[in-house]
Amino acid sequence: MYVKTYQRAKSFFGEFERKPGDHLTTHYCPGCGHGNLHKYIAEAIDDLGLQDRTIFVNPVGCSVFAYYYMDVGNIQVPHGRAPAAATAIKRAHPDSLVISYQGDGDLAAIGGNEILHAANRGENITVFFINNAIYGMTGGQMAPTTLLGQKTITSPFGRATEREGFPLRVSELLATLEGPTYIERVGLFDNKSRMKARKAVRKALRNQVEGRGFSLVEILSPCPTGWGLTPTESCEWMQEKMVKQFPLGVIKDESASREGWNRYRQVVPAEKLPEILDLTKESTEQFTPTDVPGCYRNPSIKIAGFGGQGLLFLGKLLAEAGMRHAYNVSWIPSYGPEMRGGTANCQVNISTEPIGSPLVSRPSVLIALNRPSLDKFEPEVASGGLIIYDSSLIDRAPERGDVEVIALPATKLADEAGSARAANMVALGAYLGRTNLLDQTGVFKILEKMTKSEDQMAINRRAFDAGARFAMF
Amino acid sequence: MTKELIKGNEAVVKAAILAGCRSFYGYPITPASEITEAAARYFPLAGGTFLQAESEIASINMVYGAAAAGERTMTASSGPGISLMQEGISYLAGSELPCVIVDITRGGPGLGNIAPEQSDYHQVVKGGGHGNYRTIVLAPNSVQEMCDLTFLAFDLADKYRNPAIVMTDGFIGQMMEPVEFPTTSVEAPARPWAVLGNAETRNNLITSIYMSPDELEAHQRHLEAKYARANRGEELFEAYRTDDAEVITIGYGIVSRILKTAVDQAREMGIKAGLFRPITLWPFPDRQIDIIADWTKSFMVVELSNGQMVDDVRLAVNGRRPVNFYSRGGGNVPTVDELLGQLIKVSEDSYVRENISESEELFWGV
Amino acid sequence: MNNEIKNREDRGRVEVSAEECKGCGLCIEACPPHVLELSERLNGHGYHPAAYLGSGCTGCGICFYTCPEPGALTVFTLQAT
Repeated sequence: MYVKTYQRAKSFFGEFERKPGDHLTTHYCPGCGHGNLHKYIAEAIDDLGLQDRTIFVNPVGCSVFAYYYMDVGNIQVPHGRAPAAATAIKRAHPDSLVISYQGDGDLAAIGGNEILHAANRGENITVFFINNAIYGMTGGQMAPTTLLGQKTITSPFGRATEREGFPLRVSELLATLEGPTYIERVGLFDNKSRMKARKAVRKALRNQVEGRGFSLVEILSPCPTGWGLTPTESCEWMQEKMVKQFPLGVIKDESASREGWNRYRQVVPAEKLPEILDLTKESTEQFTPTDVPGCYRNPSIKIAGFGGQGLLFLGKLLAEAGMRHAYNVSWIPSYGPEMRGGTANCQVNISTEPIGSPLVSRPSVLIALNRPSLDKFEPEVASGGLIIYDSSLIDRAPERGDVEVIALPATKLADEAGSARAANMVALGAYLGRTNLLDQTGVFKILEKMTKSEDQMAINRRAFDAGARFAMF
Repeated sequence: MTKELIKGNEAVVKAAILAGCRSFYGYPITPASEITEAAARYFPLAGGTFLQAESEIASINMVYGAAAAGERTMTASSGPGISLMQEGISYLAGSELPCVIVDITRGGPGLGNIAPEQSDYHQVVKGGGHGNYRTIVLAPNSVQEMCDLTFLAFDLADKYRNPAIVMTDGFIGQMMEPVEFPTTSVEAPARPWAVLGNAETRNNLITSIYMSPDELEAHQRHLEAKYARANRGEELFEAYRTDDAEVITIGYGIVSRILKTAVDQAREMGIKAGLFRPITLWPFPDRQIDIIADWTKSFMVVELSNGQMVDDVRLAVNGRRPVNFYSRGGGNVPTVDELLGQLIKVSEDSYVRENISESEELFWGV
Repeated sequence: MNNEIKNREDRGRVEVSAEECKGCGLCIEACPPHVLELSERLNGHGYHPAAYLGSGCTGCGICFYTCPEPGALTVFTLQAT
């Protein structure tokens, strides 16, 4: 009794209904290697029993329509980007079998960066790289893999190194990386080479199933139409010419020693999310607003000085404390053109009213911790505003006669309190000491949370107190 | 309800995770890097994937893959990176894949600088990629809106199977303000069309290629119908003191915040000023602008770009009222005083120019 | 040829789906016992499809793996009943 032993794989559609025109044959030219590779892949998927779990990433090139034939999940992607898309597909569904199928234009030219990095990350995907030394779909232009001397439409005089450089050996290139697990180059030109190709396809897919990481099979494949040869002549040309430039064989294989390359995600229950996102931290304690003298209410504050003086921190502390005294607040760091020259500043609004413009262009409070800051921002201060400046670092007093000024030896007082770097805390003490804008106990509670060590907190307290004593009326 | 003082860029990430987004693929760029940084921290903890891609081109194609594979996914960048993503955005729209892209705009063209601008309007709102497509564009002007509109962006992206872009300027991204986050998270909606690597979805196909002209045209008509639906109902805007306004300012993002204060100050001076703020830049709230054009005497559009949104305002106003335009660029942001000054100028002008024809429209500013 | 072997039933058989064949001829080159040929007749696409000579197939399957078309060739093998 005769039984069907070699037959159309189940992972092919029975009829190619997605294909316009005839539903029996592929759109590939007679003798084209794509069909062979499709066949080996489909057969391997059948044998692995993974038809339902397979996601085939269709490239741009002749095989853009692989989804006409492959009865698996299909995603068509932009030119050269299959390894990037495949990366995300595999990470979304680690148990799927993700196949990136790419030609030489797609993989070796436009998608050079994507394949390089997917390989380097050791993505647990399988890449099939069809190398036919020409651009088939667009009508026979030169590929990165076109051989020296080979004539194509865009290398009409034959590829020459001085014009077009050398044929790119992608497999050897990728094999220098640590990421890939298995890289082999095979051919489709005689019985032996085809059976080796079939075997390599199966191995590359099995590697993925077993979580062994990135596998790539480069397939030297005939393009009789592009080469202007008959299918038989094409096979001879491959054997005589192509194999010399692109030697066959295993280029890298660490399959045996690798496992666990699938990136499974952590399972996190939804109710855990607020905690994970730091949304449940103890930031709920509210403090009673203090009695603020009219002239100090709803301040627009600019804090400026050298980077490293803790200005942004001081601003954040004020904003956080303001928020927890039931004020509307905003904080903006120095950013853009103002960052030049190593000075930094931030802008803070604390208001009983909704904050319109968060940008402080006419500050009612300026805390200036270096000379350039005072020079730059003094003219901006609103009439009747407050300037606090570090008199231990700034060798001039403000010139404005219509503002309140506190000449605060901030760095000196901070140094005496234990660290010159606590000048920002001296300034804070001075500001709150003078204006009573916020509840000191509340501010300290917040500061404690934001401070790394108890020693540092002790210095902060002493610095704050020194500033407050200095500035209090 | 607890409020958290948080940067706009970080609020985006927390909102995204609460909105059921489980993958982030991005490439760092100032001033959007905090989004990528926060994503690197929170996505893995939340059971998602964070991957720093090799380029914005790879990022957007990873987003393409993740969306095709059925999950809520996102990326973030700034102008130069968004330019690189345009190819992918076109494919996403063509293949009808939902995703969220955040653009924290910086100065251009070219390398420009890292300071805030709004000069990505054309490439984001008009679609910088090839082909007949639209993207939904949301423009937050506060950190709270960075949270809320990110949430909304995911819903709209799914509703229309289309990329949604949250576009704002560097200031809103860098700024800290109190934010009330939702207390519960949502699960991403089911996507029966996606390719999940299982039997149910084996016959699904994600593609944007339609070789036959008739098929492609039909696909385009289908997209157009979808965009038309979005254009009749998804527009969002804020109208502030416009009811009796004679001069209505129009701005989005940080500009709208400055304009709001300028409008208040103008009102104190007796000028009947108002603010109209498009919250969706596409669909653009043009019908609402058409309505307020009935009573206002003139418009004043302010942008951190050299006249991009103003084109849409002019189309909406259709020559019925003067549309004045004021812009700053290079990272310079107008002060309240500066805009107040312009407002005064426009208001003085508009009394004599209220019947002026379109062709005599006045251009001034930087 | 040894009469005993000649009289034995072929170990295999090839079926060509003529309308699926593009006449590339690769299977003819590849077939070890050379039992395939290009048909004289044309199929609906204008190709001369491959045809089995009718005997001598070993059921090795090489033609199947050589053929680029998914379903153009089917190879049967003789199984003990």
